[in-house]
Amino acid sequence: MSKGFLEIENLSQRFPQPDSSDLMTVFEGVDLEIQKGEFVCLIGHSGCGKSTILNVLAGLATPTDGNVIMDNKEIKGPSLDQGVIFQNHSLLPWLSARDNVMFAVRARWPNWSRAKRLEHAERYLKMVGLDHAMDRKPSQLSGGMRQRVGIARAFAIEPKLLLMDEPFGALDALTRGVIQEELLKIWSETHQTVFMITHDVDEAILLADRVLLMTNGPHAKVAESVKIDIPRPRERASLHQHENYYKIRNHLVDFLVHRAKDMSLEAQQEAAQGVDPRHKPRFVNPANPEESAPEPATDADATAAADRPRMRAV
Amino acid sequence: MLTNLNFRAGVLSLVFLVVFLGVWQLATAPEALLIGDQELSEYEMLTGGGQQTSSGRGIPAPTEVFAHAVSELSNPFYDAGPNDKGIGIQLAYSIYRVLLGFALAALIAIPFGFVIGMSPLLNKAFDPYIQVLKPISPLAWMPLALFIIRDSNISAIFVIFICSIWPMLVNTAYGVASVRNDWLNVAKTHELSKIRTAFTVILPAAAPTILTGMRISIGIAWLVIVAAEMLVGGTGIGYYIWNEWNNLDLASVIFAILMIGVIGFILDASLAQATKLVRYAD
Repeated sequence: MSKGFLEIENLSQRFPQPDSSDLMTVFEGVDLEIQKGEFVCLIGHSGCGKSTILNVLAGLATPTDGNVIMDNKEIKGPSLDQGVIFQNHSLLPWLSARDNVMFAVRARWPNWSRAKRLEHAERYLKMVGLDHAMDRKPSQLSGGMRQRVGIARAFAIEPKLLLMDEPFGALDALTRGVIQEELLKIWSETHQTVFMITHDVDEAILLADRVLLMTNGPHAKVAESVKIDIPRPRERASLHQHENYYKIRNHLVDFLVHRAKDMSLEAQQEAAQGVDPRHKPRFVNPANPEESAPEPATDADATAAADRPRMRAV
Repeated sequence: MLTNLNFRAGVLSLVFLVVFLGVWQLATAPEALLIGDQELSEYEMLTGGGQQTSSGRGIPAPTEVFAHAVSELSNPFYDAGPNDKGIGIQLAYSIYRVLLGFALAALIAIPFGFVIGMSPLLNKAFDPYIQVLKPISPLAWMPLALFIIRDSNISAIFVIFICSIWPMLVNTAYGVASVRNDWLNVAKTHELSKIRTAFTVILPAAAPTILTGMRISIGIAWLVIVAAEMLVGGTGIGYYIWNEWNNLDLASVIFAILMIGVIGFILDASLAQATKLVRYAD
């Protein structure tokens, strides 16, 4: 099996509960691979541990179990190899837009001259269309512009992996659409490896090569890896006219509405029975079901098979 | 609209001032006193009635205070011996003590506050001491300071030091401890060293809170210096007031009270300006 650029192995997160000595398992046994240059979106309901996975990748959280290997090195803490864009822009409010990007550039390349840093920072700010607002402080920028500065800051340090935690969640729909297209444009120029959390199915279809679907917590799993079989360049305006669009969209929505919950109940039963939770997401291509991996055992089979160890679906 | 508001407020302020001075003038004018030329009773002589009649009145009229202020301010730095120095010299002594004590306190409180703000362990460990030491009236330290230091001037500076340290310490620790986690994450994801994080992220983030602590401190220091100088004597505006009270020169006392207010206002306003420089809109 080919080694991915980013390897997540048997990742689990458990938290102590205030009113019980048992640990609460948020998610467990997650195996994932992400290739270099891939744009991957993770979708799941609130509380399934999406943000925790992202924080582990960022090095800001330590998982209870498992490890993450990026480019043959284990991720042990935050570093400049992982750029992060948070939902709440997290710009430093006392610095101008330009200085916020400069701050990151300086951290990345401390030996660069000031002129070189300035030139680099301004290039990325222009890429997100902020040439006219570089001197403004975050408080003087609109929500969308702040998020653009955040994007410029993250792309400017040219990280190996770009992590985005619902970056457009706080924006209105119109602004969101514009920035999504800008993000697509920058991504097509830089081909960063991107791991992004979103709640928005359409956003995921527009941006991603692959969408990871997470079941509800506790005992959440990354159940499916859905291929977005729509050629690039994609455009928001014409995306829904593609023949595969509704097949993919229906599959994602169906998962979120029905199966995320059903599979969560299944996972909890399995956990109670002591089944090894380690799993890989099932590969699905809604546009071409023949490519998809076989369906896992049904509910009835699972109950019957409860006593004997179960094969993992790969 | 705003200028209009400012203008109206200014007019109203002036009206208040004129009414206040008018009432004061009327109440202290010699004609208003009933004692007049009457013979003094023994009781009146004992309680200072004689003084009142000999100078015409008790509380000086505003015109008299104003005349006194003009004469003092026209030559503020004369020095005619230990008991007769110009108001400028006395104020300079007080300001010098306040600024020195305040600066020493800032030198210790801000770095120390920084450290306990960054460390929840130290924060918890030092909290009981801070909570007990903070409410102690700074003047209560005076006897101990005099005994240990054996110098009244340095003791006064020590009292200023000890009263300025708490607001700065508490505010710095609070400001540092409540720096937004997002910003600390930004520092972490950019691999900033601890020192760089402290100077480029935590310090600017906490600066408004720290400056607020400094502003509270200098206000308290200026309150305390008057009382401290009344105790230690020698020089300073507090000593000046007490000395003039002993001379029963109430015009000087009222003038000195006004000067204390003016200097206190200037100290506060300068720190308010400094706070504006580091404030950021979130």
